Amino acid sequence: MGDMNLIGSAVKRREDYRFLTGAGTYTDDVQIDRQSYAYFVRSPHAHATIKRIGKDKALKAPGVLAVFTGEDLAAGKVAGLPCGWLITGVDGQPMKEPAHPPLAQGKVRHVGDQVAVVIAETYLQAKDAAELLEVDYDVLPAVVDVADARKKGGPAVHDIAPDNTCYVWALGDKSAVDKAFASAHHVTRLDFVNNRLVPNAVEPRAALASYNRADDSYTLYVASQNPHVERLLMTAFVLGLPEHKVRVIAPDVGGGFGSKIYLYAEDVVVTWASKQINRPVKWTAERSESFLSDAHGRDHLTHAELALDKDGKFLAMRVQTTASMGAYLSTFASCIPTILYATLLAGQYTTPLIYCEVTAVFTNTTPVDAYRGAGRPEATYVVERLVETAAREMKLDPAEIRRRNFIRQFPYQTPVALLYDTGNYEATLSAAMDLADVAGFAGRRRQAAERGKLRGLGYAAYIEACGIAPSNVAGSLGARAGLFEAGEVRVHPTGKVTVFTGSHSHGQGHETTFAQVVASRLGIPIDDVDIVHGDTGRVLFGMGTYGSRSLAVGGTAILKAVDKVIAKGKKIAAHLMEAAETDVEFADGVFKVAGTDKQVPFAQVALTAYVPHNYPLDKLEPGLNENAFYDPTNFTFPAGTYVCEVEVDPDTGSVEIASFTAVDDFGKIINPMIVAGQVHGGLTQGIGQALLENCRYDKASGQLLTGSLLDYCMPRADNVPSFKLDTKETPCTHNPLGVKGCGEAGAIGAPAAVMNAITDALGVRDLEMPATPERVWRALEQAKMQKAA
Amino acid sequence: MYPFDYQRAASVADAAALLSRNPDAKLLAGGQTLVGAMKLRLAAPPQLVDLGAIADLRGIKADGGTLSIGAMTSHAEVAGSKDVKQRIPALASLASTIGDRMVRNMGTIGGSIANSDPAADYPAGVLGLGATVNTNKRKLAADQFFKGMYETALEPGEIIVSVSFPVPKRAGYAKFKNPASRYAIVGVFVCEGQGGVRVAVTGAGPSAFRVPEMEKALASKFSPDAVAGIKISSSGLNSDIHASSEYRAHLVTVMAKRAVQAALAAG
Repeated sequence: MGDMNLIGSAVKRREDYRFLTGAGTYTDDVQIDRQSYAYFVRSPHAHATIKRIGKDKALKAPGVLAVFTGEDLAAGKVAGLPCGWLITGVDGQPMKEPAHPPLAQGKVRHVGDQVAVVIAETYLQAKDAAELLEVDYDVLPAVVDVADARKKGGPAVHDIAPDNTCYVWALGDKSAVDKAFASAHHVTRLDFVNNRLVPNAVEPRAALASYNRADDSYTLYVASQNPHVERLLMTAFVLGLPEHKVRVIAPDVGGGFGSKIYLYAEDVVVTWASKQINRPVKWTAERSESFLSDAHGRDHLTHAELALDKDGKFLAMRVQTTASMGAYLSTFASCIPTILYATLLAGQYTTPLIYCEVTAVFTNTTPVDAYRGAGRPEATYVVERLVETAAREMKLDPAEIRRRNFIRQFPYQTPVALLYDTGNYEATLSAAMDLADVAGFAGRRRQAAERGKLRGLGYAAYIEACGIAPSNVAGSLGARAGLFEAGEVRVHPTGKVTVFTGSHSHGQGHETTFAQVVASRLGIPIDDVDIVHGDTGRVLFGMGTYGSRSLAVGGTAILKAVDKVIAKGKKIAAHLMEAAETDVEFADGVFKVAGTDKQVPFAQVALTAYVPHNYPLDKLEPGLNENAFYDPTNFTFPAGTYVCEVEVDPDTGSVEIASFTAVDDFGKIINPMIVAGQVHGGLTQGIGQALLENCRYDKASGQLLTGSLLDYCMPRADNVPSFKLDTKETPCTHNPLGVKGCGEAGAIGAPAAVMNAITDALGVRDLEMPATPERVWRALEQAKMQKAA
Repeated sequence: MYPFDYQRAASVADAAALLSRNPDAKLLAGGQTLVGAMKLRLAAPPQLVDLGAIADLRGIKADGGTLSIGAMTSHAEVAGSKDVKQRIPALASLASTIGDRMVRNMGTIGGSIANSDPAADYPAGVLGLGATVNTNKRKLAADQFFKGMYETALEPGEIIVSVSFPVPKRAGYAKFKNPASRYAIVGVFVCEGQGGVRVAVTGAGPSAFRVPEMEKALASKFSPDAVAGIKISSSGLNSDIHASSEYRAHLVTVMAKRAVQAALAAG
């Protein structure tokens, strides 16, 4: 039953049966005897001092078990939420790291900031009682816009950062870049807003904590992308608990997109409270709470310049970005607009000199952290909008200007710290142009004009860096965590296999992809392999899933463990076949003595390992169970070209995505159907950012104006076309699977492609995301007026 | 949602009696606005009087030149009705574009117009067709019915029983949807009937309103060109994060043109 064909095969997702039949178990589905319910009282103000909190009325309300505030947590020695990445500024000073108490202490800093928790027998009792909590605020002026954060005399979010500056950080040789600009033939300059996004996973965040007096241990069910990291941060930094006394289980999780990476206040509070009241405590966010409290994404303000010679060769790039951190530093907030942004500014090009300066600011808004793509969509947007605009200004074909600047020799050291191992940018560009029928575009544009529509075409040739690595380099850049992954392969006596992985699946299909990898390597049927993830009590360790790292890093860890199983199996098989170990080969699920017809199947070796009657007990331990940790030597570098065609209705400004072509190089592909699904989702989110999604705060009051799906526009099926997809393959050179990662590409490449297409259709240079109908209409009106003038 | 008392009225008179006993009670029709507001704790009526069991309030009757639609008739029923499609296809089409399938199966015409949401579709149809709103107390012309944002001529205790639409020569509706909520940012209903041409706009102002200069232009020539050059003032129009008043004013002209096109295409 050896099934080598599993690699590259569109195996149907094994997890879908339970998801589609309602048999999944999400955190809110878990019921524990005697469980109580938490409701978080949140700040209605963007910025205020708390003068007094009166608990008495709330405590007397029916069903109420406890009310806790920041003071109670402080008395319980609960520390603040940590930030996992230290950025050192250009001044050599560490970033400003203000305290981030799980419940506010003395001050609230954004609408939705947690002020207190009310715990009751039922959720509605907790919610009703919360209205009786008396909180007296002194409202302070608030600052919400990135552009306003550093204005002199404005409100300070934190006393330790009076100018709201978390850090000013830079990468690259500024004087060399300035010199190149001074003598350049042409300079293209653009200003960008990278719009703030709200993640909106289908499953809201949820946490259910219970405390066991018998052994002084805790169990936390939580909607998380990385339960081991959650446990480590919570025990070592916040609650001061012994790590081995806390079990964190992230069961089925309904989407994360980054928003479930972080250690959140609610997780900490319910865990701590479960011991205080000796009852399990459950909290599930309402959608309105998700809008207020899930870490948001993007929110950059950027000025960018590209210097070119007369032939359109890129000479240098200069980028200045101000990035919002929100009111507090979320778990990985600080590394997103720096390590995962500035390092990507070379894109697919040989630009020899790049300088990027990033100012991170605090504002009275929900914290901002990684959201699908995390830094890389922002970088790609800067590079690809600049490149396309430069081509238009220099009257060069946008594909041609890219070709003149493509990196063609690998490995390639960029001026912004990354070492690209492999790639073939010409291949993805050419394939995308063919698939998109770029040659026929002029005709389609004419036909559109006859229908009164403006048609435009835009490219984005993106690159991303996945699987942040290696740990020691990340550490030297400020990471406070390792970035390896762990896996365990447990072979049962019958030859069936359970794989334990530190990666976490919250929609990515790991239970299928990872099983394909293991079954194919072991030559056993896929149904003989189960994948277990998301439980610190069962999985040895893990760093979790984000940054498209699962297969490249987690998959490799599993593969290493499989190879250890095979190595041990060879020893057992050699003993059974009375052959030298060096003569034993393993293929298609069978151990063979080379050049003979002697063989034993994998299942027999497994049985022998557990029933070691005929077994070299003097030389070999019984059992067949192996662990592996894998720390990659480099990032992986997925890349590709997207071509978007839009049609604009000039009467209303509405934009329709007429076609969207994506040709990606993800290295080796294990399951093309799952890859296509990931690309579809990513593209839809990228198109959402370009056309629809925009998180808005009221400038004066700091209130969230887009606090529900009525006002915050998530993309829906009718906003996107049927995507044209293809892949090209240059295998990653430094992991054994040759894989690169595919989870974020769509969200990284799509916004620039869409905006390049719209600006092409309109014949304008600048247009801000999202390109709402009104913005497009105004751009057209303005262009008309300029023409008339 | 806060606790509340629930009453199922057996008849319109029963509902009126319940309302008179408890002036803070709210009528429950399809619940598509009220229940949502209650779930968010933005509305907290002590009592709901459910009209859902009153058979008299449901159904569509065609009678000569008039189409009468019971207040509790769902959007889906109107959208799917042969009588409506034959006599006033623009009204069936309007109903078919309200909200989503779930909203159309639950939401009712009476509930919609009683709420007078500035972005609802039905007010444009009711005002554009010059309909009559029949209540348990009187008959109200559409022109008298919509008074402002979430404000109608209905008095306390007054219950909409049905809406009577005169069958027009032709009519059309065009709307520009809010991409998030899919409510109308601007919706324009155009009708050429016995009383002349009527143009009614929803979404753009505090409540549905007519555009006399467009009506005049269309009365002399019922064609898209007739309204293409008519710009309405943005003064007093709604302005929010989704659309400024200037953009809404612009869209009124564009949607009016498209509504006329739709009316002509329908015959």
